[in-house]
Amino acid sequence: MLRYLTQRIIAFVPTLLGVAILVFLAIRLVPGDQITAMLGTEAGMLTQEQRESLEEYFGLDKPVTEQFFAWMGNALQGNFGYSVRHGKPVLSLILERFPVTLELAFLSVIIALAIGIPIGVLSAIHHNSPIDLFGRVISMLGLAVPNFLLGTLIIYVLSVYFGVLPNSGNYVEFTEDPVLNLQQLFYPALTMGFSFAASVMRMTRSAMLEVLNEDYIRTARSKGLHERTVVMGHALRNALIPVVTLIGVEMGYLLGGAVITEQIFSLPGIGRLTVNAISQREYALVQGVTLFIALNFVVINLAVDVIYAAIDPRISYDSKS
Amino acid sequence: MLSSRKRQALLAFALILALLGTSLPTMAQGGGNTLVMARAIDATGLDPHTQTAFASLALLRMIYEPLVMTDHEMNIAPALATSWEFSDDATVLTFHLREGVKFHDGSDFTAEDVIASYERILDEETASAARTNYLSIDTMEAPDDYTVVFNLSRPDVPLLSAMTSINAAILPSELIENGDPAAEAIGTGPFKLESWTPEETTILSANADWWGDGPNVDGVEIRIIPDEASILAALRAGTIDFAMLNDPLVATLLVDDPTVTLVRTPTLSYHVLQLRAAREPLDMLQVRQAIACAIDRQEIIDSATLGEGRVTGPLTMASFALPPEELFCYERDVERARELMAAAGMEDGFTLHVMVANAEPPTALSEAQAIQAQLADININVEIEPLELSVYVDRWLAGDFEAAVALNGGRTDPYTMYARYWQWDARFHRVAGYIDDTLDSLMAQGREETDPDARYEIFAEFQRHLAEKAPWVWLYTGFTYTAHQPYVTGWEPVANDSLYFLHEVQLER
Repeated sequence: MLRYLTQRIIAFVPTLLGVAILVFLAIRLVPGDQITAMLGTEAGMLTQEQRESLEEYFGLDKPVTEQFFAWMGNALQGNFGYSVRHGKPVLSLILERFPVTLELAFLSVIIALAIGIPIGVLSAIHHNSPIDLFGRVISMLGLAVPNFLLGTLIIYVLSVYFGVLPNSGNYVEFTEDPVLNLQQLFYPALTMGFSFAASVMRMTRSAMLEVLNEDYIRTARSKGLHERTVVMGHALRNALIPVVTLIGVEMGYLLGGAVITEQIFSLPGIGRLTVNAISQREYALVQGVTLFIALNFVVINLAVDVIYAAIDPRISYDSKS
Repeated sequence: MLSSRKRQALLAFALILALLGTSLPTMAQGGGNTLVMARAIDATGLDPHTQTAFASLALLRMIYEPLVMTDHEMNIAPALATSWEFSDDATVLTFHLREGVKFHDGSDFTAEDVIASYERILDEETASAARTNYLSIDTMEAPDDYTVVFNLSRPDVPLLSAMTSINAAILPSELIENGDPAAEAIGTGPFKLESWTPEETTILSANADWWGDGPNVDGVEIRIIPDEASILAALRAGTIDFAMLNDPLVATLLVDDPTVTLVRTPTLSYHVLQLRAAREPLDMLQVRQAIACAIDRQEIIDSATLGEGRVTGPLTMASFALPPEELFCYERDVERARELMAAAGMEDGFTLHVMVANAEPPTALSEAQAIQAQLADININVEIEPLELSVYVDRWLAGDFEAAVALNGGRTDPYTMYARYWQWDARFHRVAGYIDDTLDSLMAQGREETDPDARYEIFAEFQRHLAEKAPWVWLYTGFTYTAHQPYVTGWEPVANDSLYFLHEVQLER
């Protein structure tokens, strides 16, 4: 297991390096730079000297290769650059916003599992019954309704019919006021959780249907086990393996920030940080955030593989077969 | 049947939902005497000499002050200067400064700060895009602490109007020498900046030492809520006191709302279809005139913004704008447009590429679509190119387009507004795509003429000439929108988006 982990972690290096090079080039290939992002068409009013002075200020005057190696060198020492606009190091900006995104991601997944797994199991057990139909309709809705619509709808109903809106640009951290914090995150988490619940439900349902036809389920039943023990203990546990994969992939996406949901619910998460960094062409910030998101992705993938082994004893990373 | 454990779990889940959901307590907001406001777009920086974005300028006007400013009627009014006079030949401009004014750091405001600030703007190192408006300043002197004399290299009447811009804010000379105005905001304005967290919140406190009356609130908290529909929701839920809105389609949802007051302010900026006369077949006068005659401006306003706008000619400020009826082909005339096309030998039409920035302004694409439908009547096939804003800006600056739907900023003085486009040596002469001797000469006269009536005539001629030569087709001016709770009183917005007058606002919760 240890050897497997070491191998996987070493494999992170080329992946992250690739991401670093790609994002470094991509953001510079997009037309416009920090100067035009800040000044818009007024950038055209600058004289040559004025423009050079700004390029020097933003560090755009150096050759691209020099910029890249300076950035990589600093990044290896934990210095991901500095955001002039925020007046803060990139790393501290990311670390400030990451808890918001992390909490939102966990809440969404919990909500998705709380909705998706029970409906999925019920649908599978009562295959082709009205319950199954109901579950399938719910899941189609979850997949079909986009977040921007559901989120806006939730906000509209809350503010117009209930006269409340827990977050109007005044996000508080969990440690500051846990109740208000959970109120603020509940609706965005519901928005994201609902669409993910649909995938969870469909995956649980199909995996359960498959498992329920397995020989060992028949064996369990013929042993006279209680139906609940058969379903929960034997079928569900095996059916959960693909769901775990699904959660892993989804977590990777969620930790990259939920741009639209964060916009609608004005949450200061990674998604908004990234979008604003791109629109302001803050190269160091875009690079830092992207690298961070990529790191999350590979770490979570590894975590999922490790969890497999825990759920499914047939999976082992130790022996070479 | 559900087992008791399942029932318990369900009950617990329902309880959590109820706790988080419907039984939400109405959040007590900032309460007290702090105004909580929201807007969708944040400032891009804090240096008043280099910032150009509307969102930045609106914030900076609360913190900084120039020598002169525009009042509610857009007239030039005293700010840090109490009076001023031009020499008869408009080459010497003398300001008498307000005494007893203190900067936010407690230091005294004197003539030295004025000179240091203008030197900074004129210094190319500073990279102030507004520098071009102050290039006539040759030397500055301070006969005493409260008098500043600007000696100009040429007559420059519009200079005074250009000085009302927050880009000409006065900073403490000490900060200019030893500090960084991009990091530290020290002005003389009614509000002090306590903190700025980009894309989240800006906290301002009332400047107790301010020379004017007010502010009547203890401070202002500006929250960035990126989605304007969510700002609307916050207003309806009563969690914010005040908001700025950009999108007319969002703002007008509040028209019939009895609980929130919507305030429209006509703006100086204008929506325009820029044609580049440098490109074929737009180089033919008849073709441009045909386009101008085929456009129905009111229909564009009605379809793109639900009627939220006013047809305009080239000048938008009330003191100079001619009634649109007096301008060339402001009444749609398709017959005449067809004749003009035929006279140019273009009766079979051509394809016109119109570039549009995504959501900048929010109505841009709808405007382009209305234009597309109208120009189809004279066989012009409009191809709309929607572009991301930075791409649009890049191509606009390079003059790399045939036609563009644009929202351009306006000024209180016609010369300052168009100096960048309609002169032979104008910076954006290539972008404008058209210039002639008449325009250049009218602009030169407008810069030098000191008599207001004579200036009015010069710029009346300027408007008629521009409309007739149709290098661009001016469409309409829209509104800026603010919305507030009924207990917010005393708010009178101005045409330049300024939040400066928030110092007059009172909260009667």
